[in-house]
Amino acid sequence: MTRSNDRRRSYSAELIESGITPPLLSARNLCFEMQGQPLLQSVNLSVRAGRRTIVIGPNGAGKSLLLRLLHGLIPMTTGDIYWKGQRFSRDAQSAQAMVFQRPVLLRRSVLANLKFALKVCGFVGPERARRVQDALRISGLMDVANRPARVLSGGEQQRLAIARALVCAPELLLLDEPTANLDPAATSYIETLIDMASGRGITVVMVTHDQGQARRLADDLVFLQDGRVEGTGVASDLFANPRSEAMKAWLDGRLHVRREEM
Amino acid sequence: MDIGVLFLQSFGLISNWDSNLSEIVFLSLQVTVTAVVLACLLGLPIGAMVGTFRFFGRSGLILGMNVLMGLPPVIVGLVVYLLLSASGPMGVLGLLYTPFAMIIAQTVLVTPIIAALSRQVIEDLWMEYAEQFASLGVSRRARIFALLWDARFSLLTVVLAGFGRAVAEVGAVMIVGGNINHVTRVMTTAIALETSRGQLELALALGLVLLIVSLVVNIVVMAFRGTIVRGAYA
Repeated sequence: MTRSNDRRRSYSAELIESGITPPLLSARNLCFEMQGQPLLQSVNLSVRAGRRTIVIGPNGAGKSLLLRLLHGLIPMTTGDIYWKGQRFSRDAQSAQAMVFQRPVLLRRSVLANLKFALKVCGFVGPERARRVQDALRISGLMDVANRPARVLSGGEQQRLAIARALVCAPELLLLDEPTANLDPAATSYIETLIDMASGRGITVVMVTHDQGQARRLADDLVFLQDGRVEGTGVASDLFANPRSEAMKAWLDGRLHVRREEM
Repeated sequence: MDIGVLFLQSFGLISNWDSNLSEIVFLSLQVTVTAVVLACLLGLPIGAMVGTFRFFGRSGLILGMNVLMGLPPVIVGLVVYLLLSASGPMGVLGLLYTPFAMIIAQTVLVTPIIAALSRQVIEDLWMEYAEQFASLGVSRRARIFALLWDARFSLLTVVLAGFGRAVAEVGAVMIVGGNINHVTRVMTTAIALETSRGQLELALALGLVLLIVSLVVNIVVMAFRGTIVRGAYA
């Protein structure tokens, strides 16, 4: 058995032996490099089941990249990702759903977009019809069900993207700045959808730039700066006691620029 | 001969549409449409697979497909002739100088066009869909069908390009079809024959019919595309 496998087994065993339920998703010493340049460095974090974890930080901190790594869309350079204490696998990815900043909708109707996702998940017949109706109802898209998805407004498109992500009842919903470029009304609707997903027991990991949104939604918080986690924990604690100067500056709404960038 | 008079005579021939002309036009459409359908059945999946899958030698394959788009028809005609001739490997089928031979030649000519152009269309769409499909866990097979379906309106233009190439083709069908009257004579080969005979009014009439056929097909397809696109996506 390799040293890497030993390490993985020991991590899982260590948690179980200490009577701790493993987090739904966790990253240990996660690193990602591109052309020799480190974009994420030794990221350690845990996503607890049933909670909303909000990832915040400035542009270029690696927030969206982190989300893609956690979803298994791109391979990490080094480190480990665990799903329920086990090494991340294809099954883990299928228990997750991700919504991108710019919603990727098929060139089909709203209804067809939802049906496509359900077909991929293996739902057929009355169950599929029931789930489609539920998705249309929660997303408020019932009246536009037969309209082409791409002619919807930005807010409606994002609602459809979230509804499509939820339609197969994932255990974890990953959201990459879903309200970027949306007005307050559309943002509020998206946040209601996220609340509803949480209410159904779906764990949420969301990236946002919006501090107000982070305060409204976060149970747990991860602050990323220059590819490093500078603070992680219960949101109320971190908001009250920022772990670094950069985080404090960000929360205070001040511009924080590293000396080497000047 | 005065070109104005020539045109008048040509229009006269078209207006007195005879059974011989019908036969030539019908056979042309039969051969071309069959070849384009076969080329689509082969070329679209090839284009979609090359557009979305990454494998060793992919760049070389794309280069090859692009080069084959400009395949000289006479070369294709010659190769198909050699394959179908009595001494060739497929000579036993007895297809030489039949419409089937012409369909084979046109399919060989059009398939690289459909494959290469659809590859580009599908690859562009795939770049947009890739992460979402990976997130949804769409299988490779389902991916191909989904991309072909979602790109269907752009692919109609690709099919039209293939049709244009096939319907205007003369060299290959002349070699493998032989331009036999009532058997393998199509519009392009008839135009070539009548021009060489000095029957310019008939050649011009056939040319005009060819243009009209091409125009009608384009109008029908584009109208269909426009109607469906408006109802499907922005």
